[in-house]
Amino acid sequence: MSNFIIPNLQKEKIESYLKEGKRLDGRKAEEYRELFVEDGVSENSASAVRVRFGKTEVLAGVHLALAVPYPDSPDSGTFMTSAELHPMASQQFDIGRPGINSVELARVIDRGIRESGFIDMKKLCIKEGEKVYQVFVDIVAINDDGNLLDVAGLAALIALGRARMPIYNEEEDKIEGYSETEKIPLENDVLSFSMTFHKVGNVIVADVGHEEEAISKFRLTVAMGDNGGVPRITAMQKGKAGTISSDDMETILKLAESKWAEMFPKVKEYVFK
Amino acid sequence: MGEGIYTKREDGRAFTDVRSMKANVGIVPSADGSASFETGKTKAIAVVRGPRTLHPQHMQNAQTGILRVSYGMMPFSVEDRIRPGPNRRSEEISKVTEWALSSVVDLSGFPNTVVDVFVQIPQADAGTRVAGINAAALALAHAGIPMKEMVSAIGVGKIDKTLVVDLDKFEDSVFHDGEGSTDIPVVVTSRTKEIALLQLDGKISVDEFKQTIEMAKKACDDVLKVQIDALKNMSEVKDE
Repeated sequence: MSNFIIPNLQKEKIESYLKEGKRLDGRKAEEYRELFVEDGVSENSASAVRVRFGKTEVLAGVHLALAVPYPDSPDSGTFMTSAELHPMASQQFDIGRPGINSVELARVIDRGIRESGFIDMKKLCIKEGEKVYQVFVDIVAINDDGNLLDVAGLAALIALGRARMPIYNEEEDKIEGYSETEKIPLENDVLSFSMTFHKVGNVIVADVGHEEEAISKFRLTVAMGDNGGVPRITAMQKGKAGTISSDDMETILKLAESKWAEMFPKVKEYVFK
Repeated sequence: MGEGIYTKREDGRAFTDVRSMKANVGIVPSADGSASFETGKTKAIAVVRGPRTLHPQHMQNAQTGILRVSYGMMPFSVEDRIRPGPNRRSEEISKVTEWALSSVVDLSGFPNTVVDVFVQIPQADAGTRVAGINAAALALAHAGIPMKEMVSAIGVGKIDKTLVVDLDKFEDSVFHDGEGSTDIPVVVTSRTKEIALLQLDGKISVDEFKQTIEMAKKACDDVLKVQIDALKNMSEVKDE
C-alpha cells in the first residue's frame, strides 16, 4: 500500500542486505512476523478484534443489520466489506473519501470471502424476498508498517469467525443486541487466507515492512484454501507496475504452498476459536 | 482435463480458442492516440491524451511523466443500467490497468506531465478489462508514447474441471455447477513474456494454474498479431 519516499541510500541498503539473505529487522526473506490477536475491542458489535503482525495493526469488526435481499438472490443474506486507511495509521493516509488503496484492499478481501462461500448466506435469510441479514465487515488500519493486505484479510476472517448472531425482535422488526452463544453461520471447510509476496531488489520477500513495500517492484497476493490437505488457489491479485517472470512465479507458488502448510493450522485455530 | 461436466462451448469454440477479434486504430480524430478492440461481443475503446502538464501541480513528478488510467462501463453496456461515474469496481480496474500499462511505457523523457488513458466499454460480454487493455496498448502505440514492448491481454480460467481460454459471460458469471468458474485475467508482455497483470477468483490447483498461464501466453500471441495488424493497417480518420 505504501507510497513513502525512501532515500536511495536506504533502498540500496535494504537490497544489498537481501542479496545476502538478510533483512534489516533480522528476519529471513520468507519469514513472517509474529501474529497477535486480541478479542473484545467493542462489545456493541457482533465481534471486533485487534490483529497485529509486528507493528502493522488493524481493528476489524462485524455488524449485522436488517436489509432487503437483492432481486437475483431473494433467499440470501448480503455482505459488504469496507476498509478505512485512517490518517492515524500512516503519514500517507488522508481524511475523506476512500482512496484507491483502501478501495483495492476492501475489494480484494470482499471478493476472497464472498467467492469462497465462507459465510452461509442462505441461513441469513429471514423472509424470502423481503428480509435478510446484511453482514458488514469494517476494517480500520491503526498502524501501517507494511503488508496491510495480509493483516487486514486475516482480521476480517477472525472477526467473522467470532461474530455472534443478532437477536431479532419480530414484533418490532428490529435487532436487539447479539446472542451470547449463537454464532453466524459459516462454511468452515472453505476457509482460505491470503499471503502477499513482494519482489524487493531481486529477491521474493514475504510479509514486507513499510520500507520494503515502498521500494518493491511488484506484489502478488495468493489466497489458498484446503483441498484434502493440499493447498488450492482461491484468489490472486498482482499489484504495482513490475512484471512477473516465469522464475519469480515458480518461486512464489512454492513459497505460498510451504507457508500455507505452516500457517493454516494456526489461522484455523484463531478463526474458529 | 477429461471427466468434467463442461464438455462443449455454446458458441462451438475449442476450449483454447479466442473469440473472433477485431481492432481499429485511430478512431477518435481529436485524440493523440485511439483504438478499439473487440473480442466476440465485448467492445472496448481507448483514447490517449498527452503527454500534457499535470494538475494539480503537487502530483507532478520532476523525474518522469506519469500514466493515469480511467476505466468505465457505459450505462447501456449491460442489461441492468449502470449508474454513470466511478464505482469501486471501476476504480480498481483502472488501477490494475494503469499498473499493467506502466510496466512497458517509459515517460522519463516527459517530466511533470501526465498521459491520460480513457477506456470505455460500450458493450460487455465478459473480459472487459482485458479488451480495454488491448485497446489501450494500441492507443498508446498510436500516440507515439515510448514503450519498451507491447502488452496483450486475455482471460483464461477453469469451468468445472475444464481449462478454458477467453471466457464469455456465461462461463464467467452464469456457470456455477460442479467446481464452478474460476476466471483469471492475464496481461503478457510481447518480448520478455512476463506477466504485467494477474487476478484470480475461484478454486484451482497450483498445477492447473500453471497450465492456464501457459495457455494465456499462447493466446496472447494471437492477440498480439491482431494488434500488430491493426497498427500496420491504421487508416487515420481526418479531423475536418
